[in-house]
Amino acid sequence: MRAASYRDTRLPERWAAAWRSFRVAAWLGWQIESNWTDPFLFAIYSMLKPLASAAILVVMYGVITNGQFENPVFPYIYLGNAFYIYVGAVMTGVSWAVIDDREHYRTLKYIYVAPIRIPAYWLGRGVARFLTGSFAVLITLAAGVLFLHVPFHPDRVDWPLFLLSLTLGVMMLALMGLVLASVSLMIAHHFFLIGEAVAGALYLLSGAIFPLEVLPPWLRPLGFAMPITYWLELIRRSLLGDIASGFATLSGFTNGQLLGILAGLSVLFGLLAVVAFRLCDRQAREKGLIDQTTNY
Amino acid sequence: MSIDLAIETHNLGRIYTIRNRRERRIRKEIIALQDVNLQIPRGELFGLLGPNGAGKTTLIKILTTLLAPTTGWARVAGYDVVREPQKIRPRINMVSGGEASGYGLLTVRENLWMFAQFYGLPSREANRRIEDLLRRIGLADRIHTKSSDLSTGLRQKMNIVRGFLTDPEILFLDEPTLGLDVNAARDVRRFVREWLDAHPDRTVLLTTHYMVEADELCDRVAIISQGRVLACDSPEALKRRLQREALFDIEITAPNGLTAAALEALPGVRKAVLTDASGGALLKLVLAEDSALPSVIGVLTERAVQVRHLTKREPTLEDVFVELVGRPLAEEEGRDEQ
Repeated sequence: MRAASYRDTRLPERWAAAWRSFRVAAWLGWQIESNWTDPFLFAIYSMLKPLASAAILVVMYGVITNGQFENPVFPYIYLGNAFYIYVGAVMTGVSWAVIDDREHYRTLKYIYVAPIRIPAYWLGRGVARFLTGSFAVLITLAAGVLFLHVPFHPDRVDWPLFLLSLTLGVMMLALMGLVLASVSLMIAHHFFLIGEAVAGALYLLSGAIFPLEVLPPWLRPLGFAMPITYWLELIRRSLLGDIASGFATLSGFTNGQLLGILAGLSVLFGLLAVVAFRLCDRQAREKGLIDQTTNY
Repeated sequence: MSIDLAIETHNLGRIYTIRNRRERRIRKEIIALQDVNLQIPRGELFGLLGPNGAGKTTLIKILTTLLAPTTGWARVAGYDVVREPQKIRPRINMVSGGEASGYGLLTVRENLWMFAQFYGLPSREANRRIEDLLRRIGLADRIHTKSSDLSTGLRQKMNIVRGFLTDPEILFLDEPTLGLDVNAARDVRRFVREWLDAHPDRTVLLTTHYMVEADELCDRVAIISQGRVLACDSPEALKRRLQREALFDIEITAPNGLTAAALEALPGVRKAVLTDASGGALLKLVLAEDSALPSVIGVLTERAVQVRHLTKREPTLEDVFVELVGRPLAEEEGRDEQ
């Protein structure tokens, strides 16, 4: 039997390879994400982690504002914080696969040698973190609505805008994750927190919990250049409607304009991801970094 | 014509540049591979024999598209390793020995199934092959065991199955029996030979620093040291080079200041290697002819060195290595590690 027999496919090979890379990587990511402990502990951990993170923010807000939870600013920053979970989850989920496969499982070279599309594989590895991240967002939102009076009226939610923004935003975060994954090819294990470090830095720059106006003037352009800024604004508007005016930063933009900017910046990050992958892939092969382990 | 060749390299070289961590301007260049020219036809089990650090793994990394060469070119299955890696990857697979790779949270079957999926193998066919290959390599009873619960040797066997599972046109085995016990290593060698017998159009490039492995398995062997290929031929042809000469192993008491150089100065002594042995030393001699032996015995007698045991023997690949490199392979490894 010729080895090529099972490679024949009606779909163009490139797309078939990309799909199977994504599909199998998503399966692998879920196995890794969900099997590190027993299901009961996993469920408890998945609920407590986001609630603990949200509790820190709520306590800080309560102390600073003397408990003004009825102020429209509160749901505004609460939602920003809740949906920001996706930033860390998706970006880190995608980029972490490089470090995890190379240093921990020692499989990156075998993955690389396989006839797959590496970017599709990385995106697939991020699916599990997207799912657990979605659960964390839901838990945080539920806690906000039930215990902190975050206004949420399903009949007032702009569902089409919300779903469109969420989809576009997750795609944009995945593309940012690809850029980080490509960079991770070039760096050693002790930079394993690169995804979380970048997510942490963007937390300050994207208006998640405070308006861009409080940033030093020279740092504001960076905030405006980040698609996350527009994405969070769209999510807030779609879920809160008129109340979503906590920060005036983007109040001059219509929903359509915000969607257009988000889409444009996402395309830009898509192009950046392609360039970054090609550049880093070539450099990593030239420098012999693909299977280099550090034992840190 | 290159199309009939599974692997072809031309003046292939690789230099690693290492920067000093404290002073990054200071760079050191290490030549890992130099002017390697190989032509490996389809259907051959080709061995790269050499000590650790000889450049074997570097060559495999280049041929499997993981590493770019700094000079020369290489083609695998007719495709250039730098410009056409995507065309090479569906046709190859690789296994590296001496490492515990694999997803520990997955069972043996899941690990193997996952890699089969990357190659587009349908699940049913993948599972059939997994069961068949695990049975043949003696790992069938561990199919549902998490790979983190396997010993290093069993995990190595799982990885070997991973390499063969996709039925590659060209398979790269980098020290596949490294770290395995004698029985497991024998199982692996038998497995490789049986697979090639059943798939005569497949090509295997195997690196090893075990002489017996190269001698037993390979159709042709390239002896590599310090990045250079010193000789390339069938094990029989390589050994025939020394058959005109007489090979002796002499077990002696303490050498009493005797040196290999002193013996090599004698007429008719081509090569002398002196190594420590229990309670004395072992003297390996390559003589132009038997008649050179009495002068060697004479020198031993002069230095009051007693001969415990003397054997005349057939040449091995070890002798070929000594002839080419000037030192035994074990000594060469020690030299590289220093």
